[in-house]
Formats: sequence, structure tokens, C-alpha cells
Amino acid sequence: MTTSAVEATPYNFAYLDEQTKRMIRRAILKGIAIPGYQVPFASREMPMPYGWGTGGVQITAAIIGPDDVLKVIDQGADDTTNAVAIRGFFARTAGVATTTQTGEASIIQTRHRIPEQPLQSDQVLVFQVPIPEPLRFLEPRETETRKMHALEEYGIMHVKLYEDIARHGHIATTYAYPVLVDGRYVMDPSPIPKFDNPKLHQSDALLLFGAGREQRIYAIPPHTDVVSLDFEDYPFEVQTFDEPCAICGTRGTYLDEIITDDKGGRMFVCSDTDFCERQVARNQGVQNQSSAAASEKTEMTDA
Amino acid sequence: MYVAAKGGEQAIANAHRLLAHARRGDRDVPGLTLAQIAGQLALAVDRVMAEGSLYDRDLAALAIKQSRGDLIEAIFLVRAYRTTLPRLGASEPVDTARMQIRRRISATYKDLPGGQLLGPTFDYTHRLLEPEIAENDAPEQPATQAPNRDPVPRVTDVLGYEGLIESSPEAESGRPVADLTREPLEFPADRDLRLQALARGDEGFLLALGYSTQRGYARSHPFVGEIRFGDVEVEVFAEELGFAVTIGRIGVTECQMVNQFKGSAKAPPQFTRGYGLVFGQSERKAMSMALVDRSLRWQELGEEQTAPAQDEEFVLSHSDNVRATGFVEHLKLPHYVDFQAELELVRRMRAEIAERADAEIDPENTGPKNTGSKNTGPAGPNREAAE
Repeated sequence: MTTSAVEATPYNFAYLDEQTKRMIRRAILKGIAIPGYQVPFASREMPMPYGWGTGGVQITAAIIGPDDVLKVIDQGADDTTNAVAIRGFFARTAGVATTTQTGEASIIQTRHRIPEQPLQSDQVLVFQVPIPEPLRFLEPRETETRKMHALEEYGIMHVKLYEDIARHGHIATTYAYPVLVDGRYVMDPSPIPKFDNPKLHQSDALLLFGAGREQRIYAIPPHTDVVSLDFEDYPFEVQTFDEPCAICGTRGTYLDEIITDDKGGRMFVCSDTDFCERQVARNQGVQNQSSAAASEKTEMTDA
Repeated sequence: MYVAAKGGEQAIANAHRLLAHARRGDRDVPGLTLAQIAGQLALAVDRVMAEGSLYDRDLAALAIKQSRGDLIEAIFLVRAYRTTLPRLGASEPVDTARMQIRRRISATYKDLPGGQLLGPTFDYTHRLLEPEIAENDAPEQPATQAPNRDPVPRVTDVLGYEGLIESSPEAESGRPVADLTREPLEFPADRDLRLQALARGDEGFLLALGYSTQRGYARSHPFVGEIRFGDVEVEVFAEELGFAVTIGRIGVTECQMVNQFKGSAKAPPQFTRGYGLVFGQSERKAMSMALVDRSLRWQELGEEQTAPAQDEEFVLSHSDNVRATGFVEHLKLPHYVDFQAELELVRRMRAEIAERADAEIDPENTGPKNTGSKNTGPAGPNREAAE
């Protein structure tokens, strides 16, 4: 019947049916039990394209409850198109409260960044993962890489890092920098800049990783050792920026480069927009104590 | 002073409004009805049902309308709807020998029981544009005859009678039917799972792979034993009744490819099979599927692996166009953060090279005065695509 689509089903809370959520939760629990191990799961088609965060969306859909407060960021920003679309998806299908404030959120779904503000033990950070296999670009075959993980055969990765040093004088991986989790599994932390890697170590928050297209879920439970791979004589280093953020003046955050003209003019601003805004508010508050944090708010969305 | 761009939400809403407007096209022209799409663009509907893995002509027509005729987008819409449906069980294997045939041809026998039935086909048409159908689209009524209600034996059954072709694998009723939409795909994959993946795989991808086997990349000497298209009954075993009941009819195209096989230490020379079965009428897809199915069986038949069409990880990991289009197109999403990390690295490496070059020109003065003016650096580090 032509009307079957028009009268389309009222979707379940957070879109996925309960059986699917249960299946995903089982994969998450297994992931937590074996930190850094990629758990295969029967990823569903979601109403957004593969490669656009379907893994993260499925994890969020499986763990979110009516009382949760959700924050979604892409490249550190709350207002990038895909972050807006995913936040809107959960506001619509789950009717949950959303926020842009890191401190207010109980679940934060992210693509490519970890917020600057340290996360708390009652928060969950959900990463969207494109290619979960850290060895994939060294060995394209899944059958091989699974064997390598099982046998803890990670020499190939160290050789790659060594070759970088031999060729370039330093390790030429700047994002999706591989880590060793709990002394056992080499893991891809998703394409976060290596700047964010230290935040994975002994995190207070639970870190969940979802790769929808590749059908894998993995996890770093709170207070787990996470070591970025390196060599004694070439220790792991994060990016540093020479200048502070041009908007809030903070040093030591991860910055985006903004092109201001076509003659090489550029400026650097915080990639974490929530952090930047609060720094600006704080700076103003120091000058003008009355209106501190006035702009901070949690949006309630109608179901 | 720069202010971070805001208002993404409004921009997205506006973009969607504009899309709806563009989809409608000229509002002075009547909108397409779903009946028109289902009836007159029937092969597009068939493709969307096949690769969308959902047999529903009206939903497929709606998806085609909504996607402005972008069939992969329509397939995606159907898949995203399908995934929300409960899976109640598996049907009995459809019996294509009992198909109500609308077309049936064999390339291996001139005549055979049940006959050759050309049916509605583009084959043998002259590909000349027909301007008259643009205006006055009233073709002649088709010639008819009483339908043949007898079962039509499959060519492979005819060959099988003589033992010239490997027998069809028997259904193992105790074994659950594999389903890659419910369990993650793992390798090595059994043939049922491979066939499922191929049945919903991208027609263009399978066509190219099948074609490659004909051009010598894992040549399999194929003959079209038979292609048949028509309606089959779908039966479900009802526990309460103790027998199978028909729950509906679907149109399918089946291709039985007959391939040469030299024989091995264990088996005498005999023909082998490649199998294709798709929703609706799509001979191109069914034939491509059969070619690729056969080439993926190299291990079982003790052949040598030499070509991409034989590589099950390669074929099954890349045949799904909904995944492929999602991941290719996700490159449109912002990647500022990773690009920034790469920018920093490339600048640093260029500066290091410039420094070294300066030091070589003027060994006494090693001060890094000239930062990055020399344009001799190598292209950046050899990085995989940014995700």
C-alpha cells in the first residue's frame, strides 16, 4: 500500500528497537570487559549515511535514557552541520535535553575531538570511528589483522613508526595516533589529533567507540592505562601552538586555523567552541562581575 | 574581529526546504504519482527493491520520487526503513521450477522442455530513440496465449540428470539461515552469506567484477544455462499447522551460469555452477552475480586465486553501495582538526628541510633565518586518507 510509508511507524525511543539496543549493549559490555578489543556487532542501517557517525549514533541510542543530557560535537564544535543534525536526531527521536556545555552533559558524542574541559566519572564520551582497525593501512585484510591482534603481533606498527623517524626525523602521524590499551590491545583512538591522546589515559569518564560501517564497538573503561606508541629515544609528543586563541586568549588548547584573506592572513582559534565561549565569558566576568555566565543555558527540546 | 560562524541549524533547515522545492521541479507540471513510477519506471523500482533488500513496489516508488531519481539514495531510504522492521523468520527456499514464467531463455540448448520464452526484453531491439513515445504513448496490445501452468524444469536439472554438472547443495533444514543484516559479516563467509551480500550488492560493482572475469581475471568459461524471470510463491512453515503456507508472490530473476571445470583429484570433470537471484527483473544483475558467485568459489573447487573477483574480503567488503557512498561522501564533512594537524606537520617538515639546505650552503651560519621560503620540500608524509 502506498499509505504504508506515509503512516510510517512511530519510531521507538531513540529510534532503535529494543532488541537491537540489547545487542549493542552486549557488545558495549564486552568491549568494556576487554579494553581496546574490537567487538563485532550487527550494525544497523541508520537514517543517516554510513561514515557520518552511525556507529556513535547507535551507541548513543543504546545507552541514552529520558533523563540524559546530550551534547554532540564535530571537530570540537557544537554548531558544525553534522553535530547539529545528530543532536536534532536525538532531540526528535528521544526527546532528551541537549546542551552545548561540556559540564552539563551526561553523554557527549564526538567526532575528532575530546573536549578541553576534563570529563567526570558520571559522563560517557562516545566517539564516531571511521576505520576502527589501527593496522588497516598496513594490512588491508581483516582476517589477517584479527590474527595479529590475537597474537599481540604489533611489530608491523612499530616498524611503521620507525620508518617515519628514519625518513622524516620524527613520527609523521598527527591524528588517529595508535595507542596501547591496558598493556594489551593496540587501538585506534579515532581521528582525534594526537594532542588529545593524553586525555585517554586514566580517564574518569567511560570512553566508547562505535564504527557503524565497519561493524565494530570498543571501549576504554574509566581509569585504564592508555599509552601512545613511541620509542624511548623518540618519546610521544603532542602538537603545540605558538600563539594563544585569538578569541579567548587561552594558551594550551587545540586551535583551528582560520583563513582571513587570500594573502596568507590567518588566525588561530579554539576548536572547542564551548570551552572558548566560557573562557570569553569568564574574561568578561573578571572585568564586569555582574553578568558572569549569563549566556550559559541548557536547551530543552520538545519531544 | 573574527566571530566563529553560527547558525548552522537554520542553514540546514533552509537547505532542506530548498531541496524539497528542487525535488518538486516546475510546479506548473503535474507531480509524478507513485503509480506512474511503479508502472513506468518499473526497472528502477526493481533495482531499488533488490539492493534495498525489501520487496515493496510502492515504498520503492516513493523512495525514487523522494530521492529525485537518485537510485542509490532511494536504496538507502528503503534500507533505513527496512532496518526498523521486525524479522519474524525465514521463508522456505523459493521453488523457481514452479515459477510463473514471464521470460525464460537458455544459451546452452536450442530447444528444451518448457521452451524459450522471450518475454519483455530490450534484447534485439534497435537502440534508436523513439520520439513518438514522448507524445503519444499508446503501444499496441501484446500478443497473448494461455499460460502454461506446468512446472518448467531448470536447465541445470536437465544437466544434473546426466551427472554432467555438480548437484545443487542440499538445504540443511537444521541450520539457521545466515543473515548479514543481523550478524556482523565475518570472514571466511559461507556461500549463503556471500550470495546474500551479492544479491543486495551494487549492480555496477558486480557488473564490473563479472566483466573482469570474462576478460581473463579469473576466467571461468561461463555459459548462460538459463535465465528466468517471473513470479514465485513465498512459503513460510507454520508451526501451528505443521505445513508451509503461501504468504505472497514476488517477481524474481534467476540466472544459472554453467561453468567449465577441469576436474580435480577428487572429482571427475564436470560443469560447475554460478548462481544469481535478484528481486524483480534484472538480468544484468543476476548474471553478474552468478559470475562473481562462481569466481568466489575458487577455494572449494581447488582453483588458483589470481584476481580481485575471487577475493571474498575484497568483494564483500566493497559491494554494498549504501556503505560505499556514505564513506566516500563523508569526505564532505569537516576535517579541520585533522587537516590542522597535517598542516602543522607539513610546515614543520618544510622548515626543517629549508634549515638543512641553508646549513649546507653556509656551513658556518646554522641560524634558522630562512623559514620555509625554499620550495623544495617533498610532498608531505605518506598519509592514508583523512577519515
